[in-house]
Amino acid sequence: MTPGHRQPGQRRWTGWMLDAYAALVLLYLFLPIFVIVAYSFNKPLGKFNFVWKSFSFDAWRDPFVFPALVEAMKMSLKVAAVSTSVSLVFGTLIALALTRYTWKGAGPVNLLLVLPLTTPEVVLGSSLLALFLTMNAPTGFWTIVIAHIMFSVSYVALTVKARIRGFDWTLEEAAMDLGATPLRTITHVTLPLIAPGIAAAGMLSFALSLDDFIITLFNAGSDVTYPLYVYGARRAAFPPQINVLATAILVSSLLLLGATVLWQNRSLKQALVKE
Amino acid sequence: MAGTAMGGTRRNPWAPWLLVAPGVLWLLAFYLLPTLALARTSVGPEGVAWYDGYQRAFTDYGQHLLRSFWYAGLATVLALLLGYPLAYVIAFRAGRAKNLLLGLVVLPFFTTFLVRTFAWKTILGDEGWLVGLLGTLHLLPSEGRLLSTTWAVIGGLTYNFLPFMILPIYVSLEKIDRRLTEAAQDLYCNALEAFRKVVLPLSLPGVFAGSLLTFIPAAGDFINAELLGSPNQKMLGSVIQGQFLTVRDYPLAAALSFVLMTIITILVLIYTRLLGTEELA
Repeated sequence: MTPGHRQPGQRRWTGWMLDAYAALVLLYLFLPIFVIVAYSFNKPLGKFNFVWKSFSFDAWRDPFVFPALVEAMKMSLKVAAVSTSVSLVFGTLIALALTRYTWKGAGPVNLLLVLPLTTPEVVLGSSLLALFLTMNAPTGFWTIVIAHIMFSVSYVALTVKARIRGFDWTLEEAAMDLGATPLRTITHVTLPLIAPGIAAAGMLSFALSLDDFIITLFNAGSDVTYPLYVYGARRAAFPPQINVLATAILVSSLLLLGATVLWQNRSLKQALVKE
Repeated sequence: MAGTAMGGTRRNPWAPWLLVAPGVLWLLAFYLLPTLALARTSVGPEGVAWYDGYQRAFTDYGQHLLRSFWYAGLATVLALLLGYPLAYVIAFRAGRAKNLLLGLVVLPFFTTFLVRTFAWKTILGDEGWLVGLLGTLHLLPSEGRLLSTTWAVIGGLTYNFLPFMILPIYVSLEKIDRRLTEAAQDLYCNALEAFRKVVLPLSLPGVFAGSLLTFIPAAGDFINAELLGSPNQKMLGSVIQGQFLTVRDYPLAAALSFVLMTIITILVLIYTRLLGTEELA
């Protein structure tokens, strides 16, 4: 007997409605992106690129006419590079400890990792500022880096942990039993195994650092990152070059993402072939 | 999955402690210690009653606190209404397009948060096409505005934290064994009942995690309120930022921040008690 009250026609109809709804939500997600890209080709009337005037390549031809904007972008890239490198090391070590050992520290360490993610950024930023004020430490580049490492460590540790959970660590023992030194085992077995996880975590950490505004605002002193520049731009002038850089960041992350996927597929294939 | 440790560290009980040491010390120094510094700052200098900052926080800015949680709550509900169906379609109906759609969900967030919110300012602007369109359709009175309204702020919050809702829900839906829904339908559930009795309960951990991950940043956010709202929509984050960086009334600023943190920590603790930390991570 076929299941009683299934009505195929009606089900197809609700399914179609569901898909249409999902498509609308995706459209909502993309609406501002279309605007950002489109307005990078705008030639605004005044200093503020908020109203469409006419199409032009001006901003793309001269993306670097505003020295302050360029400096801010450089600052952001520097902060992201330093904080990502450090948090990759710290976070990966934590992930290794959490996936490979059963020990009584695992619970507290997990909690310590999750806490910063469940604390609003405004609290994270202001507490750090309270600490720096208490210590009379001047805020600037290094305090921004300290803050970014703080929130990135959690993301890196959790991302790498999720990727390497359930790995076959006996491969390492096999390498050593076959005479590999510990160092050689790490460079030839451990690292290649966890590399895709580290790559994913690194991109996430870099993107988060590049994008962070609230925590940075509290701890930047007089230094200016790209998001801080954009924030200040709401008062003085909001040139289309801001949109050009935003579009460039979007496109380069897309390319990077595509390259990583290709690379991971390839190393996966190689690993399979080797076996 | 506790594998055996490798060679040199095979039986060294200190190995995991050494591995976590740099990162954990960093978090203790720059997450936990700052929290103590915040608490210390909030009780003010000597000679002033320790609760002075807190008293002013509640009497002067109680409405901002309430407003922040109210907006964040509404944004969370909206994000759930928008995000759940999308996560469901990706998990159950997308087939081979699944990874592509997941990529599309995350893609917009590769542009800077602030620039995205400025883009909403353009979209909702008085001279924008949306106001024009709604005006022509008589859905918005003439002289009616979208920008600088409560709904603009809530819409912005919903938008900016939507992926935090979609991804955990997707993960929990993805884990569901397809045979369970088939079994339910074979046992005379219709599609809706199968959803209500099987899929929805099993996806609740994702819904809770997503709600928390949306609610927390939304409650602390002040960018959406500052760029898309008017002073009438000012949220607690704005006050904290202004008091810390402009007015420099540190005890009051720290008290406000501490109150926000305490309320959210309580919510998180209730959550982890009920469901554990695995889904959050």
